[in-house]
Amino acid sequence: MDQTAASTELIHTHVTFDDGISLECGTILRRHTVAYRTYGTLNEDHSNAILVCHALTGDQYVAETHPITGKPGWWESIVGPGLPIDTNRFFVICPNVLGGCMGSTGPLSLRENTDGSESAEPWGTDFPPVTVRDMVRAQKRLVEHLGIDRLFAVIGGSMGGMQALQWAAQYPDHVFAALPIAAASYHSAQNIAFHEVGRQAIFADPDWHNGRYWEKHRLPARGLAVARMCAHITYLSEEALTRKFGRRLQHAPKDNSEAINLFGEMFEVESYLRHQGSTFVQRFDANSYLTITRAMDYFDLAADSGGDLAEAFKGTATRFLLVSFTSDWLFPTTQSRAVARALNRAGANVSFVEIPTDKGHDAFLLDEPDFHRTLAGFLRGCAMHAGLPAL
Amino acid sequence: MSAPDPVRFLAKNMRVDLALIAGMIAPRSRVLDIGCGDGFLIDHLFQTKGCDARGIEIDMAQVTQAVAHGLPVMQGDADTDLAHYPDDAFDYVVLSRALQAVERPREVLAQMLRIGTRAVVSFPNFGHWQVRWQLLVTGRMPMTPAWDRPWYETPNIHPCTIHDFFSLCEQEGYVIERWLAADDGGRRAPWTRFLMLANIFGEQGVFLLRRR
Repeated sequence: MDQTAASTELIHTHVTFDDGISLECGTILRRHTVAYRTYGTLNEDHSNAILVCHALTGDQYVAETHPITGKPGWWESIVGPGLPIDTNRFFVICPNVLGGCMGSTGPLSLRENTDGSESAEPWGTDFPPVTVRDMVRAQKRLVEHLGIDRLFAVIGGSMGGMQALQWAAQYPDHVFAALPIAAASYHSAQNIAFHEVGRQAIFADPDWHNGRYWEKHRLPARGLAVARMCAHITYLSEEALTRKFGRRLQHAPKDNSEAINLFGEMFEVESYLRHQGSTFVQRFDANSYLTITRAMDYFDLAADSGGDLAEAFKGTATRFLLVSFTSDWLFPTTQSRAVARALNRAGANVSFVEIPTDKGHDAFLLDEPDFHRTLAGFLRGCAMHAGLPAL
Repeated sequence: MSAPDPVRFLAKNMRVDLALIAGMIAPRSRVLDIGCGDGFLIDHLFQTKGCDARGIEIDMAQVTQAVAHGLPVMQGDADTDLAHYPDDAFDYVVLSRALQAVERPREVLAQMLRIGTRAVVSFPNFGHWQVRWQLLVTGRMPMTPAWDRPWYETPNIHPCTIHDFFSLCEQEGYVIERWLAADDGGRRAPWTRFLMLANIFGEQGVFLLRRR
């Protein structure tokens, strides 16, 4: 079952399950693949595993050079030997989410025929809508496959934090500690609104071709780039943008007919956003973007428990660490505090810290010493309570 | 961006009174420490008595410090956050040297004895002779080791005496299981059996309460 097979261009470590996964929407995928990376060593009693869940546009390359972009792993300052998630001590698993485009089953995968055989064309927009709960079920399957009954911890930021919450609610006996970072128990109307702008940008791209762009050998790159640019603004803060760019100008590229140039100049912040947009489309599939943003929009943990978030965690023995960042307006502190209070109502053991920073939502990915210290200390404390041998 | 959080500086430099409080708490019990600072007491209770001890602290820097030490502490405010805990969630709820600094002491006490079977409360005694003497002789607001901030910037907005606290407990129907007066270093003083003397010579009161 385990294999390292070549996909169209790239090799991702993965495992394929043939026993089917039934999705919340009612569709059953007969076969599904989970691409993942691991770091560190699983101990003898399989008690030191930490599942790292990635955010909307992240992937499984958490602590190593990205095979497409060549950039460092997205949490390379957090996951590694001697780092807060210490791979000398913990066995770290990071899967690509269901619906993703880095090797796990998603819109890029070849679709299943009704008889279960594989067709020659990808799912595209016909890929069934998935939810955060579906993503977590696929991850659970991987974790079981790796021989792990109880995870020492599940951690993630943003959508990864949603998954950490979902794990704790869905599999309380299989999660010793949950660490939702810069997350929320539901996606707010404002967040859904921003996602919708991004999706409409993709739909408006002439190269979109109703989602069947591969047939024309095209990519809706402009639309996807605009979606990324719009989203990227929400990941930052006004303070951070001012600090990094202010109103500084730079020379506009001569051949750039799309820039509104006065005297051949453009604002640095414009150039920065365009760069973010254009690099993003090289590594991300538009249909995956639609699928995953939709999954985030659907997320509402309380709604699954009759409207009371505390019910989702009633009687839980899982230890929680919630972290928010002062300048994060996408997943603001009020959201984390609401989760903390619900956990209090459920009688859970919860730690909650708000880290002062001007870096906005993206702070969870960046060098924030207080955050890293908090993370390391919390995991150390949990390891003691879980009876993991000291290093 | 957001306005800085209000910082309340509480007298946290006298850790000896935490030893008195710890002495009132049974081993292996569930404890919530309100205003836990960097988590000294909950760490002590876990290490020495095997308690499931958790903390709330208003000052974010202290919370970060506590969590970075592996202690289960959340940022929160005694006045607003206790309402989110279920009834009887704890065996003991501790409020150390902070009763005088909360906005609604009576409600905070009521919440403590709703979410906990017992409450442990300590506070600096405004009836101490030095306080009385300074007010009487100088006609100015007292400045003592326990009351060390000028009136216009003190976080201690609800000073009370040991005598006052007895009255409040009676009025609210709380049973005082144990109490003691101590000097500011936290050492237990010999005159605690007499309320009148304790209210003059005790620099702080420590009370173990339960519902009637």
